[in-house]
Amino acid sequence: MKRSTGAAQPAAARPAKTGAGPGRAGDGAPTVISARGLSLTFETDDGPVNALSNVDLEVGRGQFVSFIGPSGCGKTTLLRVIADLEQPTGGTILVNGVAPEQARLNRAYGYVFQAAALYPWRTIENNVALPLEIMGYAATERKERVQRSLDLVNLTGFEKKYPWQLSGGMQQRASIARALAFDADILLMDEPFGALDEIVRDHLNEQLLELWARTNKTICFVTHSIPEAVYLSTRIVVMSPRPGRVTDVIESTLPRERPLEIRESRQFLEIAHRVREGLRAGHSYEE
Amino acid sequence: MRALAQGRTVPVMAVVAVIVLIWYAGTFFLNAPFERDQAARAGREIAFGELLERTMAQERPVLPAPHQVFVELWDTTVNKAVTSRRSLVYHAWVTLSATLLGFAIGTALGILLAIGIVHNRAMDKSVMPWVIASQTVPILAVAPMIIVVLNAIGLSGLLPKALISTYLSFFPVVVGMVKGLRSPEAIHLDLMRTYNASRSQTLWKLRWPAATPFLFTSMKVAVAISLVGAIVGELPTGAVAGLGARLLTGSYYGQTIQIWSALFMAAALAACLVMVVGLAQTMVMRRMGERP
Ligand SMILES: Nc1ncnc2c1ncn2[C@@H]1O[C@H](COP(=O)(O)OP(=O)(O)OP(=O)(O)O)[C@@H](O)[C@H]1O
Ligand SMILES: [Mg+2]
Repeated sequence: MKRSTGAAQPAAARPAKTGAGPGRAGDGAPTVISARGLSLTFETDDGPVNALSNVDLEVGRGQFVSFIGPSGCGKTTLLRVIADLEQPTGGTILVNGVAPEQARLNRAYGYVFQAAALYPWRTIENNVALPLEIMGYAATERKERVQRSLDLVNLTGFEKKYPWQLSGGMQQRASIARALAFDADILLMDEPFGALDEIVRDHLNEQLLELWARTNKTICFVTHSIPEAVYLSTRIVVMSPRPGRVTDVIESTLPRERPLEIRESRQFLEIAHRVREGLRAGHSYEE
Repeated sequence: MRALAQGRTVPVMAVVAVIVLIWYAGTFFLNAPFERDQAARAGREIAFGELLERTMAQERPVLPAPHQVFVELWDTTVNKAVTSRRSLVYHAWVTLSATLLGFAIGTALGILLAIGIVHNRAMDKSVMPWVIASQTVPILAVAPMIIVVLNAIGLSGLLPKALISTYLSFFPVVVGMVKGLRSPEAIHLDLMRTYNASRSQTLWKLRWPAATPFLFTSMKVAVAISLVGAIVGELPTGAVAGLGARLLTGSYYGQTIQIWSALFMAAALAACLVMVVGLAQTMVMRRMGERP
């Protein structure tokens, strides 16, 4: 039941590779993630749990897709399936045209977990360097990339600190830097700002948009916040629980340039309204 | 700092004082029957003052007085050349070298087994029961056999004793390290998976550092138990050298003072060893950025 509230950006000169400037494709960009009839049933002691049921999803290169829905509707599960951290029990899914496992072996994505998941025995710079060490980057390039990614999330000067010496928001930014340090063109983010206060969250949202514009990554972003989803996304996927499924897909009509004030615009509020309606429709099944 | 030191010193000293007092009382009551007996045989009465004095200065007391043990300790450590067979330092060194060798082998063995158990399902199923079973066998019964068998194949001296230490000390290390290597959170392991990290990368970059605190905790137990192993290993060697030999000759000839001083030496050694491991832990954990 996909609908679309108008076309997104006109598909300007499509960048062939990452980092090729602001021209970015909305609809019609090459498909990065494509799922058909995706299902996942967890066998638990209390019987089977339908975490995902018949999910169809298309994500084009360079899109920013948000997943929103009530707790337990399978957002995390969907992200984990894309990342090959969970095996679907039905349907098909391709990432970059290959199976998620192959995409994982190709190191196609960076995953930002709900918790920062920094290694406490590593300094911030060494945490960011972790994927680079594993992927066998040379020491000089490692240093350079760590510096660049820390720069992207405004954490320059905190290289030698240990995670416990940083605030929660800074830790989360470090974990984003870690996902940005290597050349994954898909960024999977599971409620990365869930535990942060509004102001920090606004700030990080701005930074994330800026970063997205700069790097041309495809971003899948899970959130509970309607304004956050609307502010960030080119497309919003509304999900509902029991069984977890996609109930609505909303294409954003907002321009790519998004100052924070855009959240007071009519256009923004209309999209937010539609997301809320979608969420409500999903909720009415319950209780 | 001073306040802290005083805060601990006073209670510790108080406890020591109480123990010493109880010990003196015990010395009197345990040694008195012998003196009364002697006096009765000689057909004379013994006054309390004399009784007290004599119970504190017997040559082979049931329980030596603290000062007797202290004098013996002093005499055999400070007043003897460390190379002398009569020096307690010499015997302590003999035991310590076996302890350290056994501890090193035991720790390495324990770590290797734990790595195998964590990475291999078959090992997980098959090895752990044997590891546990090994510790249910009383070491006192096994030690002589190990010594004898190793002697028969030409191994004698340090290594057989060390192997008994190993036998005891690998156990806490295996148990601690299996737990430690399995301690990383699911999310930390998932992260490694998203990087397509190899098993050895996951081991060295995640499991191993996560297991470090567990390793040190089990090493503290292992080093103390290694000392016990080395002493037990010295008992069947015909009492050649080492703290175990001191204990054994002491008991052959009723030299209770010698036994007690050997015991104290062993206790002090154990305390030092555990302390050294603890210090190493503090240093390593600090280098790993542990929150102070
Ligand atoms: N490993 C698992 N085993 C069994 N059931 C699971 C497992 N993981 C998730 N589930 C179930 O699957 C459903 C979807 O879970 P999921 O974590 O994807 O929800 P979510 O949308 O991310 O929720 P939230 O917003 O609270 O994070 C839930 O009912 C959950 O109980
Ligand atoms: Mg979730």
